[in-house]
Amino acid sequence: MAAFLEVNNLTKTFGTTTVVKSVNFAFDKGEFISLLGPSGCGKTTILRMIAGFEHPTSGSIKVDGQDITGLKPNQRQLGMVFQAYALFPNLNVGDNIGFGLKIAGMPAEQRRARVDEMLKLIGLPGFEKRYPYEMSGGQQQRVALARAIAPRPRMLLLDEPLSALDAKIRVSLREEIRAIQLELGITTVFVTHDQEEALSISDRIVVMNNGNIEQLGAPHEIYNKPATRFVATFVGHLNTIEATVLDAAARTVAIDGQTVTVSALPASAASAAPISLTLRPEVLAVGPRDGNDITLTGTISDVTFLGSVIRLRVALGRNIISLDTFNDQRTAPPARNEPITISLASKDLLVL
Amino acid sequence: MKPNKFWAWLVFALGAAYFLVPLLATFIFSLRMRRNELSFDAYVSVFSDPRFYGTFGYSLAIGAVTIVVGVLVVVPAVYFVRLRMPWLRPVMEFVTLLPLIIPALVLVYGYIRLYNSSSIIPFTSSAFGTDILLTGAYVTLALPYMYRAVDNGMRTIDIGTLTEAAQIAGANQLQIIGQIILPNILVAILSGAFLTFAIVIGEFTIASLLNRPAFGPYLVGIGTNKAYEPAALAIISFIITWGAMGMINVLGRFAPRTSARTD
Repeated sequence: MAAFLEVNNLTKTFGTTTVVKSVNFAFDKGEFISLLGPSGCGKTTILRMIAGFEHPTSGSIKVDGQDITGLKPNQRQLGMVFQAYALFPNLNVGDNIGFGLKIAGMPAEQRRARVDEMLKLIGLPGFEKRYPYEMSGGQQQRVALARAIAPRPRMLLLDEPLSALDAKIRVSLREEIRAIQLELGITTVFVTHDQEEALSISDRIVVMNNGNIEQLGAPHEIYNKPATRFVATFVGHLNTIEATVLDAAARTVAIDGQTVTVSALPASAASAAPISLTLRPEVLAVGPRDGNDITLTGTISDVTFLGSVIRLRVALGRNIISLDTFNDQRTAPPARNEPITISLASKDLLVL
Repeated sequence: MKPNKFWAWLVFALGAAYFLVPLLATFIFSLRMRRNELSFDAYVSVFSDPRFYGTFGYSLAIGAVTIVVGVLVVVPAVYFVRLRMPWLRPVMEFVTLLPLIIPALVLVYGYIRLYNSSSIIPFTSSAFGTDILLTGAYVTLALPYMYRAVDNGMRTIDIGTLTEAAQIAGANQLQIIGQIILPNILVAILSGAFLTFAIVIGEFTIASLLNRPAFGPYLVGIGTNKAYEPAALAIISFIITWGAMGMINVLGRFAPRTSARTD
């Protein structure tokens, strides 16, 4: 099956700065794609080029086999939701949602029916006479979503639609967006700098940095198998351990004087050379655990109670690592300065 | 804190007196047409003069056309400069201030020189042509006010994002300006319109030198021939101007409201 959204060698230069550097990707119909990265990584510029608000310096964009690179935004049949809601202040909710339909020349009767359908979809039936300023931010953004999908666009573009909202609304609205997207089966491109957001609702994620794609994959692939150091540190929490190679052939390293055998070492690793190892806080266990072949001892330097999870900071020596353990209501949490034995599986130690 | 308030009130009272005393004196003088008693005779005299209605109606019509032309020139200009060429804004600011710096007399002499009956575009050779010239001059005179009113109106809405939201929904430039931008800055435009109206109604120099039957030259003509009627006319034009200003304040309450709520 041919890709529904195809971006080929897309490059954008502003003056002397190249913000998007020959980016390529292809996605299938109905996929929820997130462009994830820090501010200035080029993710928004890519979205704006797909929308037609920016013209690529070179490269092409195809939707459903049609090259849309040279089309104006109003010829692309796309829907878009903006960070600042961008509802038309002079129009009520019904007219906002029906704006694209009116422009397309849909008769008033059909338009009203479609607006009602959209209001039901976003859970705001009976709100058509309200004005944007009479609604909460979450409601306004849902109306903006309805406005974007009412004309049945080929694709939905979401430009950090949750960034202006409070934390609680952010979570509930992102779940709602995902549910609506799955219901309609509409191909969606979502721009965010929030890795938790991207991990929770995407089919696939494009992690970007400095105008380049660092990694493209499903959320679990991005998290469990980060392709680069940038992805590993940007997505999720990561411990970095400074170690020394003891015997490159035997794959042994020393972590603060404790000898550990790792599953793999880079070919360039030489004996006595320093090496950085990384691991996620949740792969560590307090005490032994089945399948964990590495045991380390240290001292608890800090305890952070997060409710269902307790995050411990464990000093191994020079290295201090974070460890997440579930809260056990029957026992008191570990105390600071207590000695502790932790274990991990050598396969979870990443050498980047 | 009390002494502070006293001085504040004193300054306010002095300032108010500076404006109100001459106005009050003019008003009282306008009531003294009849010997030894106060009457509205001067006003009756003004309102029974057909030239009052003729000139006022003429200025009203020219004012309306000036407003329409001003809006058609200024709104798209401000919109595109804010949206596409923000670097041009200082130039716009400067250009729109020029009518305040260059005397109207210079402007009208320039017009007469350029568009006299023996020129290539002889606007002054017909009454209609001269009306067009007069309207053009008034659009220029009102430019500083119209530009600032419209510019302020566009500042209060995020025209960039609203334009993009309308574009992606399928709207073209004309639909965006007509259905989204204009309605959202309507109150600002009306403010500019009332300021324009207030300028056009009292303008003398250009109307007089182009020899058009406008309200300004009529006011001056009455002033040189009669005693009490000019005072009555001054009060009437004050009421018209203040009425226009009052309308701007009233309209401000109907400005579109946006809300960047996070809940």
